[in-house]
Amino acid sequence: MSDKPKLAMYWAASCGGCEIALVNINEKLLDVDAAFDFMFCPCLLDTKKADIEALPDKSIAVTLFNGAIRTAENEEMAHILRRKSQVLIAFGSCAYEGCIPGLANLSSKDELLATVYLDNASIDNPDNIIPSPSNQVPEGTLTIPAFNDRVQTLSQVTEVDYFIPGCPPESHQIWAVVEAVINGAQLPPQGSVIGAGHLSVCDECSRVKTEKRIDRFHRTWEITPEPETCLLEQGLICMGIATRDGCGAPCPQANMPCTGCYGPPEGISDQGSKMVAALGSILAIGDCKGKSEAEIAARVEALLDSVPDYAGTFYKYSLPGSIIGGRVDK
Amino acid sequence: MSRITIDPITRLEGHGKIDIFLNEEGDVANAYFQVPELRGFEQFCVGRLAEDMPVITNRICGVCPEAHHMAASKALDALFNADPPLAAKKVRELMYMAFFVTDHTTHFYALGGPDFIIGPDAPPAERNILGVIRKVGLDIGRQVIDCRSRNHHVIKTVGGRSIHPVAGLPGGWSRPITVAERDEIVGVAKQNIDFALFTLKIFDDIVLKNPTYLDMVTSDTYSHQTYYMGLVDGQNRTNFYDGQVRVVGPDGTELVKYHPRDYASHIAERVEPWTYLKYPYLKAVGWKGFVDGADSGVYAASPLSRLNVADNMATPLAQEQFERFYETLGSSRINGRYQPVHFRLATHWARLVELLYAAERMLELAEDPEITSPDLRTKPGAVTGVGIGCVEAPRGTLTHHYEADERGVLTRVNMIVGTTNNYAPMTMSIKKAAEQIITKGKVVEEGMLNRIEMAFRLYDPCLSCATHAAVGKMPLRVNIRDCSGEIIRTVSRG
Repeated sequence: MSDKPKLAMYWAASCGGCEIALVNINEKLLDVDAAFDFMFCPCLLDTKKADIEALPDKSIAVTLFNGAIRTAENEEMAHILRRKSQVLIAFGSCAYEGCIPGLANLSSKDELLATVYLDNASIDNPDNIIPSPSNQVPEGTLTIPAFNDRVQTLSQVTEVDYFIPGCPPESHQIWAVVEAVINGAQLPPQGSVIGAGHLSVCDECSRVKTEKRIDRFHRTWEITPEPETCLLEQGLICMGIATRDGCGAPCPQANMPCTGCYGPPEGISDQGSKMVAALGSILAIGDCKGKSEAEIAARVEALLDSVPDYAGTFYKYSLPGSIIGGRVDK
Repeated sequence: MSRITIDPITRLEGHGKIDIFLNEEGDVANAYFQVPELRGFEQFCVGRLAEDMPVITNRICGVCPEAHHMAASKALDALFNADPPLAAKKVRELMYMAFFVTDHTTHFYALGGPDFIIGPDAPPAERNILGVIRKVGLDIGRQVIDCRSRNHHVIKTVGGRSIHPVAGLPGGWSRPITVAERDEIVGVAKQNIDFALFTLKIFDDIVLKNPTYLDMVTSDTYSHQTYYMGLVDGQNRTNFYDGQVRVVGPDGTELVKYHPRDYASHIAERVEPWTYLKYPYLKAVGWKGFVDGADSGVYAASPLSRLNVADNMATPLAQEQFERFYETLGSSRINGRYQPVHFRLATHWARLVELLYAAERMLELAEDPEITSPDLRTKPGAVTGVGIGCVEAPRGTLTHHYEADERGVLTRVNMIVGTTNNYAPMTMSIKKAAEQIITKGKVVEEGMLNRIEMAFRLYDPCLSCATHAAVGKMPLRVNIRDCSGEIIRTVSRG
C-alpha cells in the first residue's frame, strides 16, 4: 500500500478526450507518478467501483472528475467520489458546464430516445423498442443505468471544490495545476476556476484588433478570412471575446473562430449572454437618422437572422450550467 | 442458472458489460454484451448550423475525433455541393494518415498486443504495456511514445488542435501547410514507415514463430464466417479516406459495392431493450440473429474486414505484407482475389498491415508538390438538402448523414460509427469464446476470463468511443506500473 496521496480520475458522460489530454503531458507523467498513488481510473486501471466504496471517506486526496451527469450511474459515482475525496475537481467542459452533450437539454428525454431508436434513416424497430433499465431475458434479468431527464453539471449534483475548463483542457494547463499541487502551493479559494487565465481568449490571440464595427455576420464557409485581422472584425462569430483564456487561442490561428470551449471569463456566470451583450455593442446597423423605430427594428432583425442557431452558437459548451439551462417546457 | 458477470470489462468501466449465463450442466446458455451509455447526438445536432458538425461530432470521441471530423467534413461537402480542391483532399487525408498511425500503434502495443506478447494467461498486472516493454525492451516503449507524440504534433499542425481538430469546412480546409511544416511531416512519415516495419517484425517473432499462439489465432474458438465491409478505391484497393463501400460474403464473393450516400439502402439497425447500442445488419441478407454464415446479415467492419474486401493494397510495402498475410494463413487467390480470412485474432496482424499502409500513404501525400497549396477552399453553393459522408475509422466504416433546410440548419441527423458495425460480431465472438472456454461448470479463472475478453478486444471496440481512452494507457504506463507492482517503480526510477 502506497503512503503517497491518492489521485483518481473518473469519466461520466464524456468522450475520452480529457484522458488523452492528461496523457499528453507526456514525460511529466513520471512526476505525477512520483508524487501520487494514481489509484482509480477506469479507462486506465483495473480498480473496480467496489474497491472505491471500500475506502474510508476522504481517503482520496484529489479526484479529477470528467464528463457530464447523463445517467443514474454517472450521478451515483459523483456522490461516491465526493464522499471519498478531499478535493473534487470538475475536470473539463462536460463536468464544469455540461459541454456539447449538454445541448441535449434543448430536447426532452422522450424526444431524444425517439430520434435515436424510432425515427432515423437506418432504423429497423417494428416493435418500437426503447431500451430501459431492467429487462427480462430467458436466462435472467439484465440491467443498464437509467437515462436521466436532463444533462447536469457535476456541481449541480454535488459540491465541487475546483473547476478546470476546456474541451479538453490543454495539457500545459493540466500540468500547471498538477505541478502547483505537487509543490504544495497554496490552493485558491474553494469554487475557483483553475488551470486557465483570468481574461479572455482575445488576450492570447495574435490577430490584430482595432475598432470593432460589424455590418453583418458571415458563416465560416462564406468568406476566407484575412490571416492577420481579428476574426470577429471580419464578421465571423468568434466567441473569444466571451471565453476565458488559457488555451493559447489555437483555433483562430488555424483560421477558424473560437467556439467557446473554455467557458465564460472570470466573473461572468453566463457565457451566452456575455457574448450577446458584446455583439450588441459592436453591431453597426447603419445610419439611423430619420428612420422609424420599425425600420431600425427590421434592420436588427435582419442582422440577427444571419445567426440561425443562438443556443448552439452562444451556448455550445455551457448550456446546462447557464442561467437558462436548456429548453423550458411550459 | 448461474451467472458470470464481467463488469467492468477491463478498462471499460461504465461503458461495457458482459453477462454469461450457465445452464444446470455448467455450460454456457447465453452471453450478453451490454453497452450502458447513450448521449444522443442524433437528436441534439438537429437545429445546429451544419458547418458546426466537424467540431460537434469530434466530441463523440476524444480519441478518434479525427475520424468524425473527416466524415463530417465530407458530409458537408455533399450538403453544400462543394467538391474541395484536390489539394484540400490531400491535406485532409494526410492528417488522417497521421491519425491512423498513432491509433493503430496504440492498439497494438497497449491494448491488444499484451495478450500475445505477454501471454493470454499471464497475471493481469503483467499483461499490459509495461509487460510488453519488459519483454521487448524499454527502448521500444520509448519509440511507441515518440510515435504517438510526433503524429499528434502533425495532427495539431494540420488540423489546428491535437485533440478535437477544427480545420474542416464544407468544400475544404481552413489551414494550409507551410513548406517548413511539410519538410517536418516528410520526416515523420519516414520514421513511421520504419516503425511499422519494425512492429511487423515483432509480430512475426513473437506471434507467428510461436506455434502455441499461431494455433490460438487459427483456432475455431476465434473464428466466424460473416460478411465483411470496407471502403475501396477504383481498383478495389483499401482506402481510409474515400471510395466506395464494398461488402463481400464469407466465401469472398462481392455482395454489393455502393456509394456511401446509399448506405440506408444497404444497412439497417435493430434495437434491443437491454442495451443502448443498436445492432446494424445487411438489409439484402436480413437479420437472422447472432449467427454466422451467408444467410445471416451480420457483417464485420474492422482491419481484417478491410483486407478481406480489398483485392490489393495501394502501396508497395503494404502489398507485400498483404500477400504474406493471406499466404501464411492458408488463403489463395481465386479470380485475382484472396479468399477471406475468418480468424478473428488475425485482426491484430491486419491492423499492422494497415499501419504500414497508412505510413506509406502519409509519405506519398507529404511529398506531393500540391500539399503546400494555399488553395484549399471551394466556395459552397446552395444547400442541397442532404449530405452523407463516409470514411474508414480505425474501428470500421463511419457514416454521417445530415439533412438541412435552405439556411444550412440541420433538420435530421444519423450516424453509424465504426464500432457499432461490429456490435453483432463482437457479441457472437464473446459467446463463442465463452462456450469453448467454460464447460461443465469448470471454475473460471482469471486467464479464462481474459480469453473471453480477447474475443472483443481484437475489434478494438469504441463503445461510445470509451475504450479509446485506454489509448492513454501508453504514456501512463509508468503510472500504472507504479501502482500495480514493483516493476512499474523500477521503470519510473530507472
